[in-house]
Parts: sequence; structure tokens; C-alpha cells
Amino acid sequence: MREILEFDPEEIRPELEAVLRRQGIPDGAKVDQKIFALIENALEIFVELSQPLGTVAEVNQWEFQEIYEGEGLNDTPNPVAQIFPKADKMALYALTLGSEISQEIADLFENHEFALASILDAVASEAAENANTLASRDYLNYVIRNSIVPSEKAILCYSPGYCGWHISGQKKLHEFLQSEEIGIILNDSFMMEPLKSISGVMIYGDKKIHEFDDSYPFCDKCLLHECRDRIRALSM
Amino acid sequence: MFWSFDLSLLEEISNHLQRGDHNGVGELARRALDNGMAPADILDNGLIAGMSVVGEKFKKHEIFLPDVLLAARAMYAGMDLLKPLLIKDNIPTLGKVVLGSVQGDVHDIGKNLVGIMLKGAGFEIIDLGHDVSPDDFVDAAVREKARVIGMSALLTTTMPVMKKVVNKLKEMNLSGEIKTVIGGAPVTADYAASIGADAYAYDGLNAVDKIKAMLGIQ
Repeated sequence: MREILEFDPEEIRPELEAVLRRQGIPDGAKVDQKIFALIENALEIFVELSQPLGTVAEVNQWEFQEIYEGEGLNDTPNPVAQIFPKADKMALYALTLGSEISQEIADLFENHEFALASILDAVASEAAENANTLASRDYLNYVIRNSIVPSEKAILCYSPGYCGWHISGQKKLHEFLQSEEIGIILNDSFMMEPLKSISGVMIYGDKKIHEFDDSYPFCDKCLLHECRDRIRALSM
Repeated sequence: MFWSFDLSLLEEISNHLQRGDHNGVGELARRALDNGMAPADILDNGLIAGMSVVGEKFKKHEIFLPDVLLAARAMYAGMDLLKPLLIKDNIPTLGKVVLGSVQGDVHDIGKNLVGIMLKGAGFEIIDLGHDVSPDDFVDAAVREKARVIGMSALLTTTMPVMKKVVNKLKEMNLSGEIKTVIGGAPVTADYAASIGADAYAYDGLNAVDKIKAMLGIQ
């Protein structure tokens, strides 16, 4: 299974509260009206300029082992190495909002429209996450529709550059996905262009396979520890 | 009488800047110049004074990042008028800061925000953009006679480039002259200490404070 996904910008348009949080504004804070106007403006620009596309391809254990090992630079041990052998199903994915959004953000900064640039950047980042959520849901529906596994199981996504999976893992991942077809290329540092793109593996299986402690050596360098929220959400 | 008029004009500039009114700041700065005020006074007592208030409010969580960035745009509206005059009058800045996202990193939003805040505080910024090699950081700092190199990284895998810059400065016996400050999502104060960087900053305004402290600027 390999699919090209096309998203309507409206379906991944972020909620106001999510944009505020990405700007460091806590829930319930008193926010000036002009900030709301900027967010509305940024959302309009996003809908006008984003060209969200994705590609998803299923991989088997043997294929993913090869992709995951990448250039041999992963931290060991790491959670992904322990999770994927227990997966029922896996799919690689890459999603992009296209290059026009990134260019617009750069242009706004250049023209000293700093607040709008920063908010548009937040809108785009949040929208990319929304696209990821939609892609995961689609894959889950695909798996369930085909009655391959019971529906109480879960998908979590993991990406090169995080949790000990070295960023150089992008190379084999994108080669497998042929993601140049949706306009994503890697630079020499294995980073995606357009900038507002995300990629990784969706791992489907028993919820408990995704549970791990954040006590790996590289966890000390991580300020976010978002894995805790993701794992907690599995039990909800 | 003339003095008190000018003082209120500077306060007005500061107040308009705090409200993020870039058109107002531009008009008032123009009026101040037409009234014969010194560009350095307008900069220090109007624009930078306003940004200082904004910075303090931000630290107290009374305002948020977009408010600060609207104020920064207003600051730039004033600076656009003043900069040619400040250069002509040989008015020194607080010093030059070379900024960039390190080699391998193409994210530069955070670095841009740091640059905006530093410029707002009176520093001159040499922005090298993203994907900047250790040699390019050091070469630019030497060429520009910068006092500080500021480096940003978003990924743990690109953080080692920061250490290369610190080491290169040591090898060239420039560590005392050129200070280093680092930041970015995965970067911590402990990491800064471990690689011998002079400071760690968690955001743009914190970078202003850290750099001023390093350079002994009040």
C-alpha cells in the first residue's frame, strides 16, 4: 500500500487556542484584540498559500529494520528499536505544506512584520501536526476496515531526529517513500525542504508496546518530554 | 520649555512603541528629528526605553510574544529613520553580535527573534542565516570585530557544531575577546557549560540580558 494524500487546507486549519499556545500564551490569558486580528490574518494566509500533500507507504518488519538502521548513527538503546519489532503494522509517512508558506514567513520577517511572521509559523507548525493526525486516522481506518487487527489498538508516530533515532534516518525513509513526488527533498544535513514538512513511521499495535520510561541517556537533553503526554493519551 | 516638550515627545515615542503602533512611532521620530533632537537621544530615551518596558512586561507575563514583536516592528520603524543619522554621527552601538543557526539546521525562527530583541536593545546584528559552518561563524566575528557569537540549534544532532565554534575560538586565542551564547529547543545551561560556551539563553529577551551581563553593560 502506497498512497498520495491530498488535504484541504481548511481541514487542517488550526484552532485559535492551539495557535495561542504555540505563541506561549496560556489558556484563559487576556489577549489584546489586535493579536486575534493577526491570527485571523495568518489563518487566511495559510489557507491561501498552503499546498498540503502527503505520502504514506506500509512497510514490513524487514524493510523497516533496514530503513531504521539508516546510516548506523542511532543512539542505542532507544525506544523505537524496542517498539517496532512488536508492531502489528507500520507505515512510513511524509507530509508537507509546500514551499510558499515558508517563503511567506521569511518574507514577512524581511519586511519587519515580525508578529505576523511568528504567528504564521505557529499556524503552519500546528497545521502540519493536524495533517499528521489525519494521516494517522486514515491509516487506522485503513487497517480496521481490512479487519487486520482489533480496533482497540493504537497508532503512535516516531520521527528521525527524536528519541535516539538519528536524523540521518531520513535518507532511507524518504528513498522508500519517494517523497520527491510530493515536493520534499533532503539537504546535506538530512533536513526536509520545504521546511514545513514532517515525516516518520506510524506504528500500530498493542497500546502497551508504546510505553517506555524517559530514562534513556538522550532524554536528559530533551526539554519537552512530549512522550509522556503521548503515552498518557493512550490510556484515555 | 523646549526641553519639557522634547521629553514628552520621547515619552510619546516610548508609549506608542509599547502599544506596537509602528506608524505612530515613525511619525513621532520624524517630528523629533525635525525639532532638532539628537538621533542618539531618540534612540536611547524613546525607542530603547520603550523596548525596555516591553521586555519587563514580557518577563512578568503581562504581555506575550506577539505584543513584543509588534513593539519590535515599531522599534524598527523608528530605527529606519535614525540609522543613517547614527552612522553619519558615528554613534556607537552596544556592539556587534554575529548570529546564526548552526550547520545542518535550517530552522531560523528562534534565531530571528533573538536578533530582533538584540537589535531592539541597541546591538548591531550580523545575521548569517541558517546552516552556518563553524568557520563562517568565527570568520564573520573576526571580520566584523564582533563581541559575541550567538548560535541556535533545534536538533540535538546539530548541537555539536556549537562546541566546534567554541573550540575554534579557543584554538585562535579569541575566547576572551569573542563571547559565545547558545540557545534553541534542545539546548540547556548545562550543555552550554559542558562545551565551554559563555552563556545559555532561553529566549530573545533572556539573550539580551545574558549578553549585556557578559559585556558588562548596564
